[in-house]
Amino acid sequence: MNKDIKLNIIDRKGKTHIIQAPLDMNLNLMEVCKMNNIGVEGTCGGMAMCSSCQCYIISDHKLPDKNEDEIAMLSESFYVKKNSRLGCQLFITSELEGLEIKIAPN
Amino acid sequence: MIKTDILIIGAGPTGLFTVFEAGLLKLKCHLIDSLPVPGGQCSEIYPKKPIYDIPSQPEILAGDLVDKLLEQIRPFNPTYTLGEKVLKMDKISENQFITTTNKGTKVKSSIIAIAGGLGCFEPRKPLIDNIENYEGKGIDYIIKDPEKYNDKKVVIAGGGDSALDWTIFLSDKARSLTLVHRRNEFRGAFDSVEKVQTLKNKGVIDVITPAEINSIKGDNKLKEVLIQKEGVFKNVETDYFIPLFGLTPKLGPLSDWGLEIENNSIKVNNSLDYQTNIPGVYAIGDINTYPGKLKLILCGFHEATLMCQSAFKRIHPNKKNVLKYTTVTGIHGFDGSKKESPKSTIKAIK
Ligand SMILES: Cc1cc2nc3c(=O)[nH]c(=O)nc-3n(C[C@H](O)[C@H](O)[C@H](O)COP(=O)(O)OP(=O)(O)OC[C@H]3O[C@@H](n4cnc5c(N)ncnc54)[C@H](O)[C@@H]3O)c2cc1C
Repeated sequence: MNKDIKLNIIDRKGKTHIIQAPLDMNLNLMEVCKMNNIGVEGTCGGMAMCSSCQCYIISDHKLPDKNEDEIAMLSESFYVKKNSRLGCQLFITSELEGLEIKIAPN
Repeated sequence: MIKTDILIIGAGPTGLFTVFEAGLLKLKCHLIDSLPVPGGQCSEIYPKKPIYDIPSQPEILAGDLVDKLLEQIRPFNPTYTLGEKVLKMDKISENQFITTTNKGTKVKSSIIAIAGGLGCFEPRKPLIDNIENYEGKGIDYIIKDPEKYNDKKVVIAGGGDSALDWTIFLSDKARSLTLVHRRNEFRGAFDSVEKVQTLKNKGVIDVITPAEINSIKGDNKLKEVLIQKEGVFKNVETDYFIPLFGLTPKLGPLSDWGLEIENNSIKVNNSLDYQTNIPGVYAIGDINTYPGKLKLILCGFHEATLMCQSAFKRIHPNKKNVLKYTTVTGIHGFDGSKKESPKSTIKAIK
């Protein structure tokens, strides 16, 4: 069984990174960015409390709905667009194969 | 000028515990932090959340951990400069530094311990045109002096605890108070949300949601804000606009001090004493990096302990120091207080 998925991440400088993310480590998207030094701070450690991992979803993947914490944090963040999500609230699952995202300004 | 043995930049858990370890070695400390309260991330980001990996504390709220640290270091009389940011550090001789803050406070010390965490907490500023022009002229991102809003017109924006808490606090002091938030829902303590609801119901304050501040106007001082609610615009005259969207840490001035920086952190010698490339300047806690570094409170405590031993040797090169257990020696506060373990009872059993 394939334990990795491929992600396409554009960092804040506009550089594209093709990343292999493991499925078996219970990671979220913020953690994957940190592990790969994509310049995401993840200040609050993944509690939807800082929005430093805000990203725009470019591909048309169907993602799980936002929970209350994520909605609340995004409502207090800047540079928010319709396709904004918090990376820390998106867990790496096989449904995310091929996902394309762009890291939002901070 | 303030004089001390160790100047600690950053009053987070690491900086606070440094005072204790320094105190055991009879070294005095002064702390500077840009936040108005001590505690660093624990106070600013998650005071009401539990931490589970502090040795011997199966569960402790971050805010309570800070309170306990403050209690633990009190006998060593630490002094504080809060709400000021350290901008400059000058090495004037081998064992003397002068540090200057943005408000001109100067501290002379033999040692500098940088315990700056993820950096200086700075406000997250909303994206409003010209907002910089009115900073200090009606726009405040942090409330340092609540009295200045007495009998003034105030607009607060934000949907978290600090927006709610300050709305409640200022509601009976300001002449008028308007709270603006992008959603109808607020994320804060249940009790605070209820209180704000009551204040609104009684007409004491105005709550405008889902809405945001679209623009601001004034001459040499802020005069009004334009509030946009569901496509409708409304001008509200105000003396102060206080956007409370939290603070975010920025490495800031420390990055220009000639310190070796890697990935936004200061490189230190971890096999020895967490000294930086500038002798006499140490970096401890979240701000430093070395192979295998973990940004955890427990690691900051350990680093602070070793760093103080090294600082002692720099300040007293000719004095020998032996490790003493606190259980054996007790705590002799600089304030004259004493804590000692009770002597065992020696009594014959007949
Ligand atoms: C949501 C969350 C949950 C966490 N959970 C845990 C956990 O369970 N266990 C754990 O061990 N850790 C946890 N952490 C991490 C922990 O809080 C940090 O490791 C710890 O706060 C680091 O302490 P510090 O004193 O080194 O730095 P900080 O707490 O970041 O404090 C540094 C201080 O320095 C100040 N400062 C910086 N530069 C300047 C300057 N130039 N002038 C003036 N002041 C300056 C800053 O304003 C700040 O107050 C968590 C963090 C977060 C955000």
